[in-house]
Amino acid sequence: MKGTKELLTWKEIIPGNVILNPGNAREYRTGDWRSQRPVWDFERCIMCGMCYAFCPDAAIFEREDGYYEADYYYCKGCGICAEECPKKAISMVEE
Amino acid sequence: MGKRRGLEVSVGAAEAVAMADVDVIAAYPITPQTHIVEHLAELVNNGELDAEFVPVESEHSALSVCIGASAAGARTFTCTSAQGLALMNEIVYIASSMRLPIVMILANRSLSAPLSIWNDHSDAMSVRDTGWIQVFAQNGQEVFDHIFFAYRVGEDPKVSLPVMIHVDGFIVTHVIEPVEFWEKEQVERYLPPFKPISRLDPERPVTMGAFAMPQLFTETKVAQDMATTQSMEVILSAWEEIYKITSRRYRPVEAYRTEGAETIFVVQGSFGETLSVAVDELRAKGEPVGLVMPRLWRPFPFELFRSAVKGAKNLIVIDRAISFGGQGGPLAIELRSSLFGLPAPPRVINFICGLASRDVTVEDFKNIYERAVDGSKAPVFQEDFQFYGVRS
Repeated sequence: MKGTKELLTWKEIIPGNVILNPGNAREYRTGDWRSQRPVWDFERCIMCGMCYAFCPDAAIFEREDGYYEADYYYCKGCGICAEECPKKAISMVEE
Repeated sequence: MGKRRGLEVSVGAAEAVAMADVDVIAAYPITPQTHIVEHLAELVNNGELDAEFVPVESEHSALSVCIGASAAGARTFTCTSAQGLALMNEIVYIASSMRLPIVMILANRSLSAPLSIWNDHSDAMSVRDTGWIQVFAQNGQEVFDHIFFAYRVGEDPKVSLPVMIHVDGFIVTHVIEPVEFWEKEQVERYLPPFKPISRLDPERPVTMGAFAMPQLFTETKVAQDMATTQSMEVILSAWEEIYKITSRRYRPVEAYRTEGAETIFVVQGSFGETLSVAVDELRAKGEPVGLVMPRLWRPFPFELFRSAVKGAKNLIVIDRAISFGGQGGPLAIELRSSLFGLPAPPRVINFICGLASRDVTVEDFKNIYERAVDGSKAPVFQEDFQFYGVRS
């Protein structure tokens, strides 16, 4: 389903742009707004989850091993996670 | 056909809205629209009309209520003028973009400042590009008939757009005229129940009026523009059905005595009836003059307009609004551009007059004719247009 919304032609649009399938905002790739990308240094990370809690887009998820990472499909690169990380384990890298 | 009744045009309009079995009316009072909604409020209050009347605190809310109700599948009506329309403006665009077939009467009035409650088309022209289907009605009967027309066209699933009926404030809204009513069964046959394409329903949830990314925005607007342009077919058939019921013929571009006319007046709204008298008098003196009235303003009937004025040397376009710093009044600008590229287009002579209900009489129209056909008289202010009747 990812990205299909972008490809609709004008003839396929339901009049008034009515949305029938709920939650389709998920399909929007907001990751391509990003100019910098957060990168984790797992040597320093203490798995506190501050980055996860502060991410305004819920774009950070907890991995099975307990570390955190960003979903780059959505992450807009705001840098809040890097700012809030108490161990300075996240650095912002130019795209 | 139903009875002919002598009544105020506003009351007749409200009676037509009631006969159209409207579900929700939301409006805020403003002169000269007031009598229309006052009468509707009375009908609801007296139990004669089973509808919700929402007395909102502003026009912005009035149209917002109509949008919510229309999205839920209700037949809705609102009505405003000038400053009310200006306050409503944000929502005017949303109604058409959400493709909701709301019907509005705009009792045309001058936009402030200076404050004026009287009539001109400055409010009408301020919403030219909002995406509503727009028609001009010249008299009480036309207003009455066009209420049914507006719902039938707007609610057609091929169209699904709001419709605005322009009526000159006071000059038409407040006069008492004979209006031929329709029988209830005629209205029911002409106007089937509203069946929206999509609707808010808790059993089958949908999202309306949501955000769209740039990748989708242009496609949405193209779909809206195509629906507006292609509504012409539905509009023509809705007028044809009115003819079958009432023997009254409505056309996108009305023409009066244009056979062999070298000079043709082009006007909208109530100017037309006065002008037809001036045209008769000029014709009696042998002047080759006629009259054309674009009833349908959006979508604009370009082809029909061009064929209506074919063969004319001069077009006298009379605007009841100004485009400050522009090339004449909005009607003249539109018509000039529709003639551009023709091998031998007529000369367009544009006059602006009748602002804030200043009287424009049969004599005035005859004076305008003289000035227009006499090329030696210089325009008052600039080449593209001239004000008529201004003290200098």
